Amino acid sequence: MTSVTSAPVPARVVLSQADIDRALTRIAHEILEANKGSQDLVLLGIPRRGYPLAVRLAEKIAAADNTVDAAAIVGQLDVTMFRDDLSHQGTRPPYPTKLPRTGIDNKVVVLIDDVLYSGRTIRAALDALIDLGRPRIVRLAVLIDRGHRELPIRADHVGKNLPTSSAEKVRVRLEETDTPAGGTPVNEVVIEGGS
Amino acid sequence: MKHLLSTQDLSRSNAIRILDTAEEMAAVGDREVKKLPALRGRTVVNLFFEDSTRTRISFEAAAKRLSADVINFAAKGSSVSKGESLKDTAQTLSAMGADAVVIRHWASGAPHRLAATDWIDAGVINAGDGTHEHPTQALLDAFTMRRHWSRLAGTGSEGADLSGMRVAIAGDVLHSRVARSNVWLLRTLGADVTLVAPPTLLPIGVEKWPCKVSYNLDETLEGGVDAVMMLRVQGERMNASFFPTTREYSRRWGFDDTRLRSLDKLGMKDTIIMHPGPMNRGLEISAAAADSPRSTVLDQVRNGVSVRMAALYLLLSGDTREPAATPALAYAGTHSTKETN
Repeated sequence: MTSVTSAPVPARVVLSQADIDRALTRIAHEILEANKGSQDLVLLGIPRRGYPLAVRLAEKIAAADNTVDAAAIVGQLDVTMFRDDLSHQGTRPPYPTKLPRTGIDNKVVVLIDDVLYSGRTIRAALDALIDLGRPRIVRLAVLIDRGHRELPIRADHVGKNLPTSSAEKVRVRLEETDTPAGGTPVNEVVIEGGS
Repeated sequence: MKHLLSTQDLSRSNAIRILDTAEEMAAVGDREVKKLPALRGRTVVNLFFEDSTRTRISFEAAAKRLSADVINFAAKGSSVSKGESLKDTAQTLSAMGADAVVIRHWASGAPHRLAATDWIDAGVINAGDGTHEHPTQALLDAFTMRRHWSRLAGTGSEGADLSGMRVAIAGDVLHSRVARSNVWLLRTLGADVTLVAPPTLLPIGVEKWPCKVSYNLDETLEGGVDAVMMLRVQGERMNASFFPTTREYSRRWGFDDTRLRSLDKLGMKDTIIMHPGPMNRGLEISAAAADSPRSTVLDQVRNGVSVRMAALYLLLSGDTREPAATPALAYAGTHSTKETN
């Protein structure tokens, strides 16, 4: 890879709306396959973009298995207070944690996030999860795995493996979280070149 | 935000940020493990030059729920009674490595002094200074009111303010730091505040405050209120004859059983009765009013812990490293996006 010093490198779309949708459909089926059905399944999205992805996955799981009520298996898990970098950056306001009514004890919890990078968010999520209950199994599904792990953590279900340089930025834009006021909804994953 | 000294200079967005964060903190109380690791390794000093039960315990509980280490310091039984100055006390605490100081002092302005000088390099939270301000009390009152107000509106409290809420604050306004902090904060959040007190218990210059003033509690109630906050008659500060007898005070400005019934008669079924505590039952509030379903006294205490957790978290969780020129900027830049998971 050549390093460019002058003009900013234009953003490159790596996943379009249709690509994201296909990846999520595949992950939904992988989750069902790995779990041998929808028994005890709970999907917890990590704010902000993990949550809309979890909702979409739950809908796809419900479409594949009509015994599943999508809204009843989805939750949101905030990891802000469990991060290891709280004292190294600006204050982050916490997001709500919302668990499905069934709780997470003895459930198969699938953590869902948009990008897996250092693995530190997932480490925080595991700590947060333990304070909330005792799941039987915890799995991890991510839309993008961009490498550069700093902890021994790997994803069970990956939408796309994306080899990147750490100078690049991977941006996931989802219509639920990234639609500007009055703007058109967008669903895409782009790489912005190393600055 | 480095210090929390006053509600007067608290912006609307910062106030709502504290209340929203408190809402998340409140959820921790319902969990199996009622503790968060966010302030692990940080030291919070409770520096109390004046007696207090709920504020000190509330701050202690809040700090402990966030995993901070807590040092309690009470002026009684310390070197302060040997004549040690605020400066020396502060510098001692600084040398011991305090990250935040929660200070209550009988002198108005003591927390500002601590924050403005270089005696101690720690976040300062005002837990009541003289007859000046008590910002966390005002925030927990606002939090309690916001939950009530948004439940009535049928919306979530996240991000909401108190637009249109009518609040009467009645009693010893002259000596009340709670009243002062509430007037500024509730105004910032869009509520209409009326102070009700005998003329002798209103401070000079009250007409310049962003609120209405009334001498008659019954008239104010008849005009319609959504929350009535009764203030404690501060016996320890009653150094002049502010009212003839306690019975006369109770009859004219206390929230007694007749006034409790009048709320029902006036059809104000959703009006809440608040009190910052400690209550003088039978003086400014009757036992029936304090124990009625309208009373939010215990909710206020419960919410106090959540609000103080939010304040400690927002003050202490920022970047603590020495400001390094470029690397820190680059670090902050990459972390401002979600992609550095």
